[in-house]
Amino acid sequence: MRHRGRAMKTITNVVLAGLGGQGVIKASDILADAALRAGLDVKKAEVHGMSQRGGSVTSDVRFGGRVLSPMVPRGEADFLVVLAPSEVAVTLPLLRTGGVLLSPDLVPDGALPNKRSLNVALLGALSHYIDLPSEAWLDAMKAALPERLQAVNEKAFALGRKLAAEGVTIS
Amino acid sequence: MDRQLLSGDEAVALAALHAGVALGTGYPGTPSTEILEAFSALGGRAQWAPNEKVALEVGLGAAFGNARALVTMKHVGLNVAADPLFTAAYTGVSAALIVVTADDPGMASSQNEQDNRRYAVAAGLPMIEPSDSQEAYDFFFTAVEISERWKIPVLFRMTTRVCHSKSVVGAGSDGPAAASAIGSSPVPHFERDISGRVMIPANARPAHRRLRAKLAEIAAWGETSPLNRVEAGDRRLGIAASGVAYLHAAEAAPGAGFLKIGLVNPLPIELARTFAAGVERCVVVEEGDPVIADALRAAGIAVESKLEMYRFGELDVARVRRILAGDTTPEDPPARGRPPELCPACPYHTVYATLRKHDCIAAGDIGCYTLGVLPPYEAMDTCVAMGASIGVGLGLRHVLPPDEARRVVSVIGDSTFVHSGISGLVEMAYNPPPTGHVVLILDNGTTAMTGQQEHPGTGRTLDHAPTGKLSIEGLAKAIGIGSVTVIDPYADPDGFERLLLERLAASDLSVIVARRPCILAAADIRQWDQQADRLRAEHEARLGGHDFGGHTALADQADVCAIVDEP
Repeated sequence: MRHRGRAMKTITNVVLAGLGGQGVIKASDILADAALRAGLDVKKAEVHGMSQRGGSVTSDVRFGGRVLSPMVPRGEADFLVVLAPSEVAVTLPLLRTGGVLLSPDLVPDGALPNKRSLNVALLGALSHYIDLPSEAWLDAMKAALPERLQAVNEKAFALGRKLAAEGVTIS
Repeated sequence: MDRQLLSGDEAVALAALHAGVALGTGYPGTPSTEILEAFSALGGRAQWAPNEKVALEVGLGAAFGNARALVTMKHVGLNVAADPLFTAAYTGVSAALIVVTADDPGMASSQNEQDNRRYAVAAGLPMIEPSDSQEAYDFFFTAVEISERWKIPVLFRMTTRVCHSKSVVGAGSDGPAAASAIGSSPVPHFERDISGRVMIPANARPAHRRLRAKLAEIAAWGETSPLNRVEAGDRRLGIAASGVAYLHAAEAAPGAGFLKIGLVNPLPIELARTFAAGVERCVVVEEGDPVIADALRAAGIAVESKLEMYRFGELDVARVRRILAGDTTPEDPPARGRPPELCPACPYHTVYATLRKHDCIAAGDIGCYTLGVLPPYEAMDTCVAMGASIGVGLGLRHVLPPDEARRVVSVIGDSTFVHSGISGLVEMAYNPPPTGHVVLILDNGTTAMTGQQEHPGTGRTLDHAPTGKLSIEGLAKAIGIGSVTVIDPYADPDGFERLLLERLAASDLSVIVARRPCILAAADIRQWDQQADRLRAEHEARLGGHDFGGHTALADQADVCAIVDEP
C-alpha cells in the first residue's frame, strides 16, 4: 500500500494557443523548462501531427508541487496565452473565471523588431504574473533558441513583461 | 540521474539506450515517431523499415541472435505487423524484444481509434502500460526483464498523451542503475533451435502450450510485481485504472483508493479481487474499449465499467468526473479551431485542382495528401489504410460501368507506396481491369505527414546518411506496368493535366510519378544530398576511387537497377 502525495491546487495551469508554425510549442517548451529549472514538478501536453499543417495548436503546461494529469481541464486554465487573434474565441472556454488572457492585442503593431518573437513576448507578459525566477526564464530561453536569436528574443521577453505590467486583460 | 523534462517517446529512447538495446527499428507513425529519432540522436542504432511488418521481423531476427531489440509503431502499424507478432509469441526470443504500440484514442492523427490492448490478449503476449515519462523510462527495464526471463516478446503500450506529454524523469529514480538489474547486454550469437524456431505444425503445437505456460507464470508474478500497485484511500470508492487514465482519475477523485495497473496483460486478477472486495464501489477507468472491466467481470469481480459514451475519444479529468458520477448528459463538443490544411506552397495543389476539374474518382491513401479531401478541392473519395488506394481503385475499376471506371485514379504518396503500395501494383499487373487503371504516386521525397522522415525511396537512412535508393519508376516497370511517366506537376501543370487525361482515356496500365520535393523538406533534402556527395567524394579520394567502402550497396545498385532505372 502506498499513499499518493496530495498537492492539489498548488498547480498553475497555462494553455498556449495559436496556429501551426507560430511557435506555440517552442513557447510552451520554454515555459515548462523554466518551471523545471525552478525546481517544480511540470507536465506539458499537446497534440502533434496534423497540427503542423497550419491548423490550430494548443499546448498545456502545468506546474507546481505535484502534477497528475498532463492536460489542463477545460475551464480551469489560470492563464491563456494566444498567439493568433483567430484562436481567441475557440480557446476562451478553456480559461477559468477570473483567469488571465494574454492575446496579441497586448503587443502594439510594430513594437516588435521581429514579429516571429511574438511567442516570447507573450511569455514575457506571462512572467509578470507567475512567480518563476528570471534566471530560470533566461536559461530556458538560452537552451531553447539558437544563439543568433537570443538577443532579439530577450528584448521581446522584456517588452512583453513591461507591457503586462502597464495594462492587464482579465476575462 | 539529473531531472529532465522528457516526452514519453524520449523517455523510452533513453531507457532503450541505458538498457543496451542493440537495434531499434520501426516505421514512422504519430505518436510513436520520435522514439527512434531520439534513440538515434542519443547514439543508439536506429533505422526505419519500409513497414511495420518488416520492422518487427528485423527486430525478431535480432532478438533470435541474442541482441536486445526495440520495434516501434503506431497502433494501426501493429495490424501490419500482426502476422509475425502472433507466431513470434510461439517462437519466443533469446534476448529482449520490446514492441512499442502507440495508440491514438481520440484520433488526433489517425484513421481509427483501435485499442491495441486487444492484441496482447489475442496474441498471448505480456503488455506493459506506463502513465507518464518516468514510468515509460522505469517500466522499459521491467519489459526487458520479463522478455528475457520468459524468453517472450513484450508489448509496450503507449497512447498519444503518454508519448507526447512531457514530464519530469529522474527525480527519485535509480536512473541508469535500473539497467544493472537486467544485466549487461547479452553477446549476440546464433544458437540452433529448430523445434523452437521453425513453426511447422509439429513444432507449433507444443510451442502454443509453452506460451500459455509462460503466461500463467507471468500472471502469478504480476500479482506482486511493482508494475501494479494499490494506493489506499476512502473505502467508499476504489478505482482501477491504467495509463494516462490513472492520472486523470487521481486528479478527479483525490480521495479514492486506487489499483494502478501497469501490467495490462496478463491482469493481476487476484490483486484486483482483493482490492474490489475492500471498497464499497469499484470503478474501472480506462480509455477506449472496456478491456480491463470485461476481464475483471469475467473473473467474477464486481466492478463498474464506464458508460458506452465514454468508449469514444480520449479521457480527461472532466470526463473521468462524469464517468464516476454516471453522468449521461450530452458533453460539450471539444474546442475545434482551424483544421489542418495543405501547406500554401505545397507542390501538389495543382494535382488536386486537376483531379477536381475532371471529376476523377480518387481512391486515396494515408499522408498529408489526404488533406486533398478538404475544401476547396474535396478531391479524395476513399481513405482506409496504408496502401489501400491501389487495391480499392482496382476494385472500383473492376465493377463500375466503363464511363465511371475510367474516372478512377489511385492516389498514393511515396513513403506509403513503399510501405504497402507495391503489392497493390503487382495485383494491378496480375489482374488488370478492362479499362486499365491509373496510379498517381505523389513523390515528395519524404514521409511528410509524420515530420519528414526518410524511407527507402529517398536513398538516405534514418540519420540522413546515403544508402541504397529504391527507384519507384524502375520498380513499376519491373512489375510490368506498361506506361510509367515521371513529371513535375508544379513546374508543368498543363503537361500534368494532358498526361492524366491521356492515361485516363487509355485502356492500359499507367503509373504517373508526380515528383516534386515537399516544401517543408526541400532545404533539408538539398543539404543532405550535398553532404552525401561530400561523403562519397571523401570515400573515393581515400580509397583511390576503387571502392565505395561501407556504401557499396549504392554503387552496386546503380548497375543492378540499370535495366529499370529509366523513366
